[in-house]
Amino acid sequence: MLAMDFRGPKRVRAVQKPMPEIKHPEDAIVRILRTCICGSDLHLYNGNVPDTRVGMTFGHEFVGEIVEIGSEVTNVKVGDRVMVPFNIACGRCIFCKQGMFGNCHESNSEATAVGGFLGYAHTGGGHNGGQAEYARVPYANFGPTLIPEGMSLDDAVLLTDITPTGYQAAEMAGIQPGDTVVVFGAGPVGIMAARCCWLFGAGRVIIIDKEDYRLEFAKNFAKCEAYNFESDMDDPVMFLKKTTDWIGADACIDAVGAEAAGNAMQTITGRKLLLQAGSATALHWAINSVRKGGVVSIVGVYGPTDNLVPIGNMINKGITMRGNQASVKRHLPRLIDHVMNGILKPSELITHRIPLEEVADGYRMFSAKLDNIIKPVLIPPTANS
Amino acid sequence: MKKTAKDFAHIPGWGIDNDPKNEPTYPNRHRTGEEHDGRSWVRPTQQVLDREVLHSIERPDYTAVVGNSVPPSGLSGVIRRFAFKYSENSYLHWLPLLMADKVNVVEGILDDFAHGTVPNIFVEKGYKAEWKHSPQTLVLKLAAFTAVTAGTILWLSSGDKKKPVRRSRY
Ligand SMILES: NC(=O)c1ccc[n+]([C@@H]2O[C@H](COP(=O)([O-])OP(=O)(O)OC[C@H]3O[C@@H](n4cnc5c(N)ncnc54)[C@H](O)[C@@H]3O)[C@@H](O)[C@H]2O)c1
Ligand SMILES: [Zn+2]
Ligand SMILES: [Zn+2]
Repeated sequence: MLAMDFRGPKRVRAVQKPMPEIKHPEDAIVRILRTCICGSDLHLYNGNVPDTRVGMTFGHEFVGEIVEIGSEVTNVKVGDRVMVPFNIACGRCIFCKQGMFGNCHESNSEATAVGGFLGYAHTGGGHNGGQAEYARVPYANFGPTLIPEGMSLDDAVLLTDITPTGYQAAEMAGIQPGDTVVVFGAGPVGIMAARCCWLFGAGRVIIIDKEDYRLEFAKNFAKCEAYNFESDMDDPVMFLKKTTDWIGADACIDAVGAEAAGNAMQTITGRKLLLQAGSATALHWAINSVRKGGVVSIVGVYGPTDNLVPIGNMINKGITMRGNQASVKRHLPRLIDHVMNGILKPSELITHRIPLEEVADGYRMFSAKLDNIIKPVLIPPTANS
Repeated sequence: MKKTAKDFAHIPGWGIDNDPKNEPTYPNRHRTGEEHDGRSWVRPTQQVLDREVLHSIERPDYTAVVGNSVPPSGLSGVIRRFAFKYSENSYLHWLPLLMADKVNVVEGILDDFAHGTVPNIFVEKGYKAEWKHSPQTLVLKLAAFTAVTAGTILWLSSGDKKKPVRRSRY
């Protein structure tokens, strides 16, 4: 089968690989119909996540058709069309029982601080991912969710990660009616987070990025205010203080993570020299621009070591900080309703459809923000058969 | 003046998920108390290992399912095995893993050659797309690369480089 193949930082290709096999009685094999490249893949692509091995297949956002099931799989059957949450969750460990499906304790041998993810380095459990024609999906009784009649594959594939992630970013911000929320990052995740803040009753939503085309898109899609931190302001923290009558925002969301721009010291130590687990510029700004007693909600991803952030200010301002990998499966019932009722239209984020054969171009375009890209979808050759 | 739902009529779904219980620690308060019983759940069937899998020493055994991606191999594998002797709390875990990743890239290129493949760096780096959508960036990169290469060649071929002075030991 054709699959994405990691060769080293900023080097990927599409090659023929052996078909995935059932390795566990609760596994399923899925023929992939749509699969995305995510901001999280960029951390791997750039070589910033330890234990990213040459020869791995990435891809944690995909939908497809079940073509084979293990002997203990009863919840899905061959022929079912499913969305596959990016986190691998057993559904029965103490963390899964609490709905923390992004923190399962039975899916990642390699790290205890990280749940198991599809296609996310060996630090994420070493599971080959879905940027391929077929993928092995563990715990098929629990994760894969039927795509409801009438839902497009494009909407469905965006329910496997970025829609639940944006939603959880807003949820973790503890928004109360009328709150002012600032979202750092106008990538797919940040744009969806800004959109979801309104569902929780936000009174004002502001998004910050440096790409004008993304800010323009966010303004329309998420109906929020949008500002460019490079051209609209000298210092984002001063700007946000001023626009909130010198109090600060009620909540700030970091939807950028390790690849943040905007501060040379953070960029050099975090992205070039790998002296920290990525550049923490957005998180730094979030902590400093939230009001006293406010909430910082982090969905931007960082590596497993340390980051330079003003933790003293968290204490002095009495900030609550929360973060997590989105618990996709927990959000799906509600988000499926929102999509079916027309409240959310995730597929509008898709700007590019790229054949899997051209996966290297897809990565370059998404990483370098070429051709006004927001969200690229890869289409495997067998998707149309 | 306090805004009401009417002010947000233009935003589909405004406030529909507002929930007074949504204080910031939501939803982790759904604790069951079972944490206090340790690893007490009925575990899924253990996957039979068909390749070498490294496991964090912050757990006593493998998770019930393990990944199906590449096992450790070669020199990078030796470094990874060393790293997994240390806990996730230690730099001796993460820094060697980052080093192993670099070694692994060289191994990947050698492996390509061993299989008669010359890696097509231009394609793998997605320069085709960059050439199409941002040719000036690519030209700048190539110019910088050429300058550095030419400079290095000139320097290496300039002949009378001073021999490094050897410090006498005493
Ligand atoms: N927690 C989760 O479950 C989860 C799931 C998916 C993605 N993520 C993470 O969310 C983040 C965003 O993902 P994405 O797909 O939207 O990525 P993306 O790369 O498309 O978007 C990131 C955006 O941030 C902007 N940016 C850079 N520096 C900034 C700064 N200092 N302030 C404000 N904006 C800045 C970039 O211009 C870009 O538009 C990534 O870190 C990704 O790993 C987390
Ligand atoms: Zn993702
Ligand atoms: Zn679990």
